[in-house]
Amino acid sequence: MLIAITFYLMAFTAVAAAFMVVASRNPVHSVMYLILTFFSAAGLFILMGAEFIALLLVMVYVGAVAVLFLFVVMMLDVDFVELKQGFLQYIGIGATVALILLAEMIMVGAVYFTGESKTVVPTDPNTTNLEAFGQVLYTDYAGAFEAAGLILLVALIGAVVLTLRERKGVRTQNAAKQMSRTREDGVELIDIEPGQGLG
Amino acid sequence: MFQTLSTFLPELFLALSASLLLGFGLSKTNDRSVIVRYISVGVLVVFAFMGYVLDRPDGVSFSGLLFNNDFSDFLKAIIGLSAAAALMLSKNYFQKESLDRYEFSVLTLYAVLGMSIMVSANNLLAMYIGIEMQSLALYILAAFNRDSLRASEAGLKYFVLGALSSGLLLYGASLIYGFTGSLDFETIRASIALTGPTTGIIAGMVFLLCGLAFKISAAPFHMWTPDVYEGSPTPVTGFFAAAPKLAAMAIITRLLIVPFGDIIGQWQQVIVVLAVLSMVVGALGAIMQTNIKRLMAYSSIANMGYALVPLAAGTVAGVQGMLVFMTIYIITVIGVFAIILQMRLRNGMVEQVSDLSGLSKSNPGMAFGLTMLMVSLIGIPPWLGFFGKLFAFVPAVEAGLLWLVVVALVASVISAFYYLRIIKTMWFDEPNREFIRAPRTTRVIAIASILLVIPVLILPGLSGAALGLADSAAQALFAQ
Repeated sequence: MLIAITFYLMAFTAVAAAFMVVASRNPVHSVMYLILTFFSAAGLFILMGAEFIALLLVMVYVGAVAVLFLFVVMMLDVDFVELKQGFLQYIGIGATVALILLAEMIMVGAVYFTGESKTVVPTDPNTTNLEAFGQVLYTDYAGAFEAAGLILLVALIGAVVLTLRERKGVRTQNAAKQMSRTREDGVELIDIEPGQGLG
Repeated sequence: MFQTLSTFLPELFLALSASLLLGFGLSKTNDRSVIVRYISVGVLVVFAFMGYVLDRPDGVSFSGLLFNNDFSDFLKAIIGLSAAAALMLSKNYFQKESLDRYEFSVLTLYAVLGMSIMVSANNLLAMYIGIEMQSLALYILAAFNRDSLRASEAGLKYFVLGALSSGLLLYGASLIYGFTGSLDFETIRASIALTGPTTGIIAGMVFLLCGLAFKISAAPFHMWTPDVYEGSPTPVTGFFAAAPKLAAMAIITRLLIVPFGDIIGQWQQVIVVLAVLSMVVGALGAIMQTNIKRLMAYSSIANMGYALVPLAAGTVAGVQGMLVFMTIYIITVIGVFAIILQMRLRNGMVEQVSDLSGLSKSNPGMAFGLTMLMVSLIGIPPWLGFFGKLFAFVPAVEAGLLWLVVVALVASVISAFYYLRIIKTMWFDEPNREFIRAPRTTRVIAIASILLVIPVLILPGLSGAALGLADSAAQALFAQ
C-alpha cells in the first residue's frame, strides 16, 4: 500500500515537474523543476532497490545542475536587487518544491526501511549494487568504458577549441622569467641625501 | 592474444594516433597544424585499408560490443578514404581563412573513430557510444569558425537537434532492452524470435529509427541540414555530406538486418515512409535554393531517400545496392565540394549559384568538371550516378516495391531541374567575374572524383572488384 502510494506520488511528480521545466517562463524556475524531476526519478530507483543509481543521479545531476544554476544566474545578467525585491513572490514556488522534496524523502525512507522495496530480486542477494556494477564495468563493458573516456576527451578538446583565445597584451605569469631574476635585476640601492627626496 | 587484439586493431590504431597527435600538436612555439594534417591523412588512409590488409578472422571483441566482418571492413575503407579527402580539402581553406588549427585534424580523427565504432557495433551500447563520439566531434567541427555568427549558429542548431535525436535513440534503446532483456544484437534477435514483435519492441524500434533518421537527415527529420550545411565551413560541409551519412546508414542497415531481421513486415513501412518523404522534400526543396551549399543539402536529403529505397527490400541485393549507391554518391559529392571550394574571388569565398554564371568562358576546365559531376548526380547513363541508381532500384523492384521506385524516378526527374539549372548557369549565362586560381590539392581531388564518375575511364576490372567487395560485405551482414 505504502509502496504504491509512494510510487504514484513519485511518478506523478516526475512527469508534472518535467512538464513544468518546459512550461515555465523563468529559467530559474525551470532549473528548480528539473531538480525536482531528477529527485523524483532517484526516488523511483530507490523503490526498485537500485540505491547506487539513485545516489548517482542525485550527486551528478542535482549536484551538476546546481552548478549550472549558478552559471545561468551569472550569464543571464539577473538584476540581484530586483531578485531580492521579488523574494516574497518566489517563496511560494520555493516552499512548494521544498515541501514535495521533503515528503518524497520521508516516504522513500519509510518504504526503504520497512523492507517493502524488494520488487526486483537480484540474482545474488549477497551482492550489492556497487559490486554488481564493478563486476561488469571493467570486464564486459571495458571497451565501452574506454570509449566513453575518449568522448570526454573530445568534449574537453571542443571546450578549449571553441573558447580559448590567445589575446595580446595580457599579463600572464612566466615561471622561467620569474626564476631567472637575480638580485641585481630586482634590487637597486640608492643613497638618498637627507631632506632631498628621490627627485 | 594477438588474434583478439586484431579484431579491433583499426579502432585501436586510430585512437592511439589521434591521442598522440593531440599531444604532438601542442607546441607553443611553432604551428604544427600542417604536419598534423598530413600525418592524419596518412593515418586515415592506413586505417581505411587496415581491415582488408590484415585479413583477420571475423571477430567479436570486448565481449560482443564490436563485431568486425566484411561489412564493417568495407564501410571503414570508404569512410577512411572520404575523411582523408575531406581533410586534404580543408587545408587550403583553413589557411586562407587563417583558422588553421591542429585540433581540426585531431577532431576529424576522433569523428572517424566514432564512425568506426558505429559500423562495427554489435550492441546498442556500442552503437550509442559510437554515435555520440562522432556527433560530439562533428558539432565542434561545425562551429569551428567560432568568430562567424553563422558557423556558431550552425554548431548550436546541430547540437540541440542532435541531442534531441540522441534522446529519441536512447528511449528506443531502453524500450528494446526492457522488452527483450538484452542490448546485444543477436540476443535481441533470438528474443524477438521467441516472443514475436510485441508493441513495446515495435515502439522501441521506431524510436531507434527516428533517432537514426536525424543522423542521415532523412525527412521528416531533415530540418537541421540546410542551415548546418550553409553555416559550417565549406570543407566541413563536404565532410558532413560524405562519411557520417554512410556510417549512420550502415548502423541503420545493421539494426534492420541483424536484430530486427525477422520482422521485416514491421520496419519496411517505416523505411518506405522515410524514403518517400526524403525524396519528395529533397527534390522540391532544392528548387528554390540560390546558395549552392543549401542546394547540396537538399540534394543530400533526396539522395538519402534513394539510398533507403533498396534497404526497404531487406535483401542481400538491397544492402549491396545501398552500399554501391552510397559509395558512388560519396565519390561524386566530394568532387562537388572540391569544386565549390574553388569558388574563391580575390576578396573571399562565394557560394551562390549565380556566381557560377559564364564559368565555361572564364574557367572551362572547372565548368566541364562540375558538369560531369552534375550529370552523374542526375543519373544519366553512362555516368556513374546512373549505375548507382540502377543498383539501388533493381532490388526494390524485385522485392515488389515497384511504386516506390516509380516515386524515386519521378523525384529524380524533378531534381534534374536544379542540377541542369547549374549547368545552364555555367554554359549559357554571361560571365561576371573570375575565380582566382585554385590550389593544387583541391584541383587534384576534384579531378580524381571527376575521372571516377566517367565510367569509360574506369577499368572494368576495378568496378567489378568494387562490386564484389560490396557484395561480400552484404553477404557477411546476412551471415551474421
